[in-house]
Amino acid sequence: MTVAEPITAAVLQKLVAEFLAAHDPRAAADGGARLDFLRARFDAGLAWIHYPPGLGGLGAPRALQPVVDAEFAAAGAPDNRPGWNAIGLGMAAPTILRHGTDEQKHRFLRPLWTGEEIWCQLFSEPGAGSDLAGLGTRAVRDGDDWIINGQKVWTSLAHIARWAILVTRHDPNLPKHEGMTYFILDMHAPGVEVRPLRQITGESEFNEVFLTDVRLPDSLRLGAVGEGWTVARSTLMNERVSIGGGAIPREGGAIGVLANLWRDRPDVRTPGRHDDVMRAWVDAEAARLTATRFRQQLAAGEVGPDGSAVKLTFATLMQRIAGLELEMRGEESLRHEDWDLGRGRDVPFLNRIAGYRYLRSKGNSIEGGTSEILRNIISERVLGLPSEPRSDKDIPWKDLPR
Amino acid sequence: MTAAADLLYDETDEELRGNLRGMLSERSPWSKVLARVESPETCDSKLWAVLAGEMGLAGLAVPEELGGAGATWRQVAVVLEELGRAVAPVPYLGSAVIATRALLHCGERDLLAELASGRQCAALAVPFSAMAGTVTPSVSADGDALTGTVTSVADALIADVLLVPTADALYAVSAADATRTSVVSLDMTRQLCDVAFDGARARRIASGPAAVSAVTAALTTGAALLASEQVGVAQWCLDTTVEYLKTRYQFGRQVGSFQALKHRLADLWTRITQARAVARYAAARAADAAARAADAADAAVPGASVDAERSVDAQPEEAIAAALAQAYCSDAAVLAAEECVQLHGGIGFTWEHPAHLYLKRAKSSAIALGTPDRQRAALARMVDVPAA
Repeated sequence: MTVAEPITAAVLQKLVAEFLAAHDPRAAADGGARLDFLRARFDAGLAWIHYPPGLGGLGAPRALQPVVDAEFAAAGAPDNRPGWNAIGLGMAAPTILRHGTDEQKHRFLRPLWTGEEIWCQLFSEPGAGSDLAGLGTRAVRDGDDWIINGQKVWTSLAHIARWAILVTRHDPNLPKHEGMTYFILDMHAPGVEVRPLRQITGESEFNEVFLTDVRLPDSLRLGAVGEGWTVARSTLMNERVSIGGGAIPREGGAIGVLANLWRDRPDVRTPGRHDDVMRAWVDAEAARLTATRFRQQLAAGEVGPDGSAVKLTFATLMQRIAGLELEMRGEESLRHEDWDLGRGRDVPFLNRIAGYRYLRSKGNSIEGGTSEILRNIISERVLGLPSEPRSDKDIPWKDLPR
Repeated sequence: MTAAADLLYDETDEELRGNLRGMLSERSPWSKVLARVESPETCDSKLWAVLAGEMGLAGLAVPEELGGAGATWRQVAVVLEELGRAVAPVPYLGSAVIATRALLHCGERDLLAELASGRQCAALAVPFSAMAGTVTPSVSADGDALTGTVTSVADALIADVLLVPTADALYAVSAADATRTSVVSLDMTRQLCDVAFDGARARRIASGPAAVSAVTAALTTGAALLASEQVGVAQWCLDTTVEYLKTRYQFGRQVGSFQALKHRLADLWTRITQARAVARYAAARAADAAARAADAADAAVPGASVDAERSVDAQPEEAIAAALAQAYCSDAAVLAAEECVQLHGGIGFTWEHPAHLYLKRAKSSAIALGTPDRQRAALARMVDVPAA
């Protein structure tokens, strides 16, 4: 579909109205009708409007997406359940759009957006966490195919994913950043084994993925051979942008739980704890206002670094607040609910007990880039400080100490 | 709950910032500030004349019909960021913020016009450490004659008019009728003085609860806006330290390439980024409170905005935002100045390097208008987190 006039909010509202007149949202509640509705919305360019025409978009400004979403929501239309396919929507899709072939874009983007196909990300390895470019999962060319061997870790959604984005090493004789190649992996292919990874809380939100002689056609390669690091960096760039979320009100997060505990339970109050609670309250409110200001910057089209400050402080705050609450509850905190292995509960984080939140929040400063790596990034990219001298950039990957 | 506050700067703010930074770097570089703190006149009256008179910045928050610029406290906050960045020795906080807010509250049109034009300068005669809601007047009135002493008053050495609270009123006194004794101050870029009244002739400008609320409003706005000055101080400390660590070599490499230092600076940047959001919020809420007062005035008698401010209750959200800003930005500025001294190493401990000016400004500002600890205690009462 093409639109000759400039795409404004009013134009989009008109397009959505026309679409809804032709596709009754109330008849699309679930099942096949729901999918048909979502596919039609994609085909009309009203899925992610900043994508090109033919790929679910209109080439419109991304800032106008909320206008479209609000119109569909107001009409009671089903959405694509974005929370269920966060990695697909937030990371795989922009990478495919930027680096994929036309064939790949047309094959993968529509079922990704509609949620028919869930995606996961095969990046981290037991031996390559912060130093992702040190990864060792091998891809060996075999005619028109590639044979993949290796182990990936911390993979959310691997147990339900249909596809994965995968970074591999195709040539260990090249320096680390040059010997990498990026693929789309069929999670149903023989040799892909997914095992739950039990975490500090006892449960298992993540997986280990073992790849044993997995055969991939070369048509699933994303970007050129040897461009894996460049493609992976563009994926990770999207990870940073996707952090932020919606506006929360004052005391809307963990600090609200702590403040209410103080209010409701005079028995937990001590003079020393009072200032601890107020220090946490001040820091939480500062973090909330910083996130608000960051969202205002994004809405105004200013791409600034303040999101890094948001992630860094959010992690520390969650840990500090949960730790404080645990101590305030005293004896109660010595008793835990259970340590059962499960896939994580369908319960909002803030409704879990303090002991769970204390343990789970330990992941906040590790997942999505450790706080230490984030500090490196801030000091180098925001403040312009020099990097540490490095000895791993120019020698063959196979010769690196490990 | 109130509407969302805009926490960004607009083009006018950036233009104002650019002009002011240029003027300050030309007329008040740190070398001049350093020389001045050991001179007889610690306050730079010529610089003040440029700021208040030529640039018209003293009347930014004063309505146009009173000779002001009719801007908002948000722009005043930008001015304070730049003045903090330059540790400029001028009475902007005392006169253009604290005294101006008290006079707006009292509907003192003539005096406001004098202040807005830069012809006169005023100071609220309370100790600089006094926090909103906790002022205990030390001056008493007998008819229209004031007697008593106020210690550690900021921005009063250069003031023409002193606003003096007593137990049940607020008075305006010509500074010439008081005895001002300069104090050797921790921060000589904002030198304090003791002010003594011995039967000084005074004019009553507010009585009873209106006088109390004028002082509270003045100190609340002062606290809200001081946060922006602290952001300016902190940003200078960070910028200067980062630049130094890029040029300083030890162990055959730039000191700024050591991860142990980079992480400290990343944490400091994070803290300042948050301080800025908090300070912008406090300035925005101060501006909201002023706008509501003006709306109330328009609804009552057109053009009588100052009179109506008295009838508008103190806005709780303005007070919360101000306490939050002081609780957060005070510590941020002190940390920035302390890191600046430490990471400069030996040169940072000398008198000849400006780091100490910023350390002294940061620490005295943290104590000013209520320490972070007292601000947290006040905040706890306002947001219902009762003491143990």
